[in-house]
Amino acid sequence: MAQNKRTPLYSLYHLYGAKVVDFAGFDMPVQFSGIMKEHVAVRTAVGLFDVSHMGEIELSGPDALSDVQKLITNDASRLKVSHAMYSPMCNEHGGTVDDILVYRLAFDRFLLVVNASNRFKDLAWISRHAKSHVIDRSDDVALLALQGPKALDVLKTVTDKDLSSLPYYGFDQDVRVHGRQCLISRTGYTGEDGFELYIDAADAMDVFVALLEAGQVEGIVPVGLGARDTLRLEARLPLYGHELTDDISPLEAGLSPFVKLDAKDFIGRDALLLQKQQSLSRKAAGIALTGRSIAREQAEIFGDDQVVGYVTSGTFGPTLQKSIALALLPPALTEIGQTLEVDVRGKKMQAQVVKTPFYRRSL
Amino acid sequence: MAEYPQELRYTQEHEWVKFEGDLARIGITSFAQSELGDIVFVELPSVGQILRLGDTFGTVESVKTVSDLFAPVAGEVVEVNESLNDAPEMVNSDPYGAGWMVMVKVTDRHEDQLLSATQYKEHVNE
Repeated sequence: MAQNKRTPLYSLYHLYGAKVVDFAGFDMPVQFSGIMKEHVAVRTAVGLFDVSHMGEIELSGPDALSDVQKLITNDASRLKVSHAMYSPMCNEHGGTVDDILVYRLAFDRFLLVVNASNRFKDLAWISRHAKSHVIDRSDDVALLALQGPKALDVLKTVTDKDLSSLPYYGFDQDVRVHGRQCLISRTGYTGEDGFELYIDAADAMDVFVALLEAGQVEGIVPVGLGARDTLRLEARLPLYGHELTDDISPLEAGLSPFVKLDAKDFIGRDALLLQKQQSLSRKAAGIALTGRSIAREQAEIFGDDQVVGYVTSGTFGPTLQKSIALALLPPALTEIGQTLEVDVRGKKMQAQVVKTPFYRRSL
Repeated sequence: MAEYPQELRYTQEHEWVKFEGDLARIGITSFAQSELGDIVFVELPSVGQILRLGDTFGTVESVKTVSDLFAPVAGEVVEVNESLNDAPEMVNSDPYGAGWMVMVKVTDRHEDQLLSATQYKEHVNE
């Protein structure tokens, strides 16, 4: 088997007690001090994630905006320089190639941040459809996420700029952290306030260690992919390969606010228009189980003793202290309060459709 | 770090057994809880259930994964640790103490099938 890839921070993991697992071909930390502890730290204080496995693809040139518009379902024409947006990227059938962040670096320059598992698929897809200059920067860029209510307090102590007025999904391309140049955006994947820092791979270790030291007073902990998953699931943020796939459309996944059917043409628009006209055959919904057992991915969901859908992601929500899951169901069964049964390893467990996000932070 | 109390017997599936007269107290090892990570749910049998050696008598569910529990002895379940319903995390914090799972009235100890602390430690380090 080919050797897994490693992020520029790999050699630091063991110092913080990491358990390392394979994720999308990378040796990544699934946990450091423990999923629960890390989860709680992000909800109540602050946590630091190495997410350098994510891919970064840059599009530049006079055609960059029209290329992005063709590729994504959201409307990038409304994106100002120094702002980012979330968007699905669809295939011709309306299925989802990936869900990405689009950063407008300059009028004619965009940075697309893609899932690690989709990097090469996306690169091929984008190159096939784009007229602008496409560069894969993934190997040169490290990505850290500083997340939690104390993220700003920690960041303040190591930056040369005040980022307290940086708006949600705004970014600054020229911030020094501990003297190292970073692009910092007010984004994240946890449901908390927080920042993501794009750094030259060579500077990543310095910045990681500096942030952990600066955060000690606030109780910062390094966070692995295990808690990243429980945090995003409580906040009902989709994970590619689960809530979204080449066969699941963003409309089915409940992402219609990010699909601008009336604003412009894009790949997959006709298929999505048709889906919308014919009404969806399945739709994502949040469910909560009565017991504490976890309904994991692929668990079948029963209504009236018939299989009606399946779980796309499930976990035990550490903040909610409840077993929660996202599922694809017939739209008629997605009303809040609808009771269902989930097959958990051969046993039918009671569940109910609940309001999402499961967790929403108080302001 | 994993511990291996001398007075306990162990299975290859990472249960521990403590013989107390004709009773056996059963739980999972420190190594097992550490591998599973944060435990959120322990499903235990009913009092009165008869177990044969190797029977599945429950499951331990962590955020990461789920694992079956296998009977290390034969006998009848006479008590289960009800406090794990509300505090399954005790299996992580005190696997050989407050995190015990079931008490069995033993009909066959199957001692030849059980490992000593030293043997179990070797098994874990393999």
